[in-house]
Amino acid sequence: MLSKRIIPCLDVRNGKLTKGVKFQGNVDIGDPVETARMYYEQGADEIVFYDITASSEGRGIFLDVVERVASQIFIPFSVGGGINTLADMRAVLCAGAEKVSVNSGAVKNPDIISQGAAAFGSQCVVLGMDVKRVAKSETIPSGFEVVIHGGRKYTGMDALDWAKTGEALGAGEICLNSIDADGTKDGYDLELTRRVTKSVRIPVIASGGAGNPQHMADAFTQGKASAALIASIVHYGEYTIRQLKEHITGQGVRMRMVW
Amino acid sequence: MLAILDYKAGNQTSVRRALDHLGIENRITADPDQLSAADGIIFPGVGAAGQAMDELSSGGLDEVLKSLIWQEKPLLGICVGCQILLDYCEENDTRTLAVIPGECRLFNPAWLEEDGTPIRVPHMGWNRVDLKQDCALFRDIPAEAEFYFVHSYHPAPRTEFVIGETSYGQRFCSVHGRTGLWAVQFHPEKSGTPGLRLLQNFHAYCLEARHAQ
Repeated sequence: MLSKRIIPCLDVRNGKLTKGVKFQGNVDIGDPVETARMYYEQGADEIVFYDITASSEGRGIFLDVVERVASQIFIPFSVGGGINTLADMRAVLCAGAEKVSVNSGAVKNPDIISQGAAAFGSQCVVLGMDVKRVAKSETIPSGFEVVIHGGRKYTGMDALDWAKTGEALGAGEICLNSIDADGTKDGYDLELTRRVTKSVRIPVIASGGAGNPQHMADAFTQGKASAALIASIVHYGEYTIRQLKEHITGQGVRMRMVW
Repeated sequence: MLAILDYKAGNQTSVRRALDHLGIENRITADPDQLSAADGIIFPGVGAAGQAMDELSSGGLDEVLKSLIWQEKPLLGICVGCQILLDYCEENDTRTLAVIPGECRLFNPAWLEEDGTPIRVPHMGWNRVDLKQDCALFRDIPAEAEFYFVHSYHPAPRTEFVIGETSYGQRFCSVHGRTGLWAVQFHPEKSGTPGLRLLQNFHAYCLEARHAQ
């Protein structure tokens, strides 16, 4: 049986690890390569790097980070942020990432999903979705709308439809981030997670809101997520990944405990 | 020196990074002389079996590889490199290398996980390997160790070639072959310490085999 995965997410800006709340105000909190190695040693099952640098100069620094990570940690990791073209995908995969995450780039040009899947395989392509709760309407029947630009721009797309479209286009996995829950530490949006995991057959990573290990156990048992993304809960040393795993396995959830 | 087989359908660089980290001398190559001079060969693979076979046969590497295997050159197949050692793969209806009897089949999406939900395909993530036979590759690796898998097709070799099994809805063969010719469905280069240990064990076997000659 597959183990549920714990995936620390590292936001990288100009080569530095950074953390923001609700996409407002970022503070640099360390070196992404060192931090990734620490999580690898603590038993992280995968790592996500998100490039929040805007400049092309920063992009070069970021790719260097990816290469250094690839030579030091021997678990899968994915890269997101600023992926808009096949060339962007190829650059991060060649630098050593296993998977590449497309988010607003796929909203603007959904074909990037099918092109990426055809060129590199579905297992390489993660559809990242930022989602906000809205009033139910004809266009957004689920009451969950896809947003981009960190939640500042509404797309008019229903999150459940977009998840199914992404799967049909060839995405191998969905990383589902609740903008409402992100940074709150009040727990994942379990209803959103459950509804998306029911709508697709590809694995879903729950994201946004983890404040304690019970939140993660709930995302697995109630949300039926395959993996849980975490950030501040480990970045500030509140928990080690082993501590999180020990708590979650105590809830009867299978996790990888030997590494 | 370990040779990492160079062909378009491989993930040679991640294997190379893992070997470099372990201090194992290695070379990414498709040159028959270098492959022949190596202590052992790692045969990586990603993507589709059909494409991988096309890449191999267009350069004549399929025959090179087969003849080295008959000469008992130690070989480790990884992922698609594990699948195409068999006779046949359902993916793209592909005739494969036929050095180990058996075939490779699509996961049946009707299979149920232990919690009663249908399996999601691809099988992607961490899972265990239960050994059916002693295997030098797994020396000093704890039984509870997990390995990173990502695949939609699974090997189904003839029973006597099954070395390890993994459970995903049903049990499938995740390690097959015979001594010196091994195939693993998971990615040892992405499986943390147990995976690195497996690569080290393969290297150690290759050196022993060379000295025994």
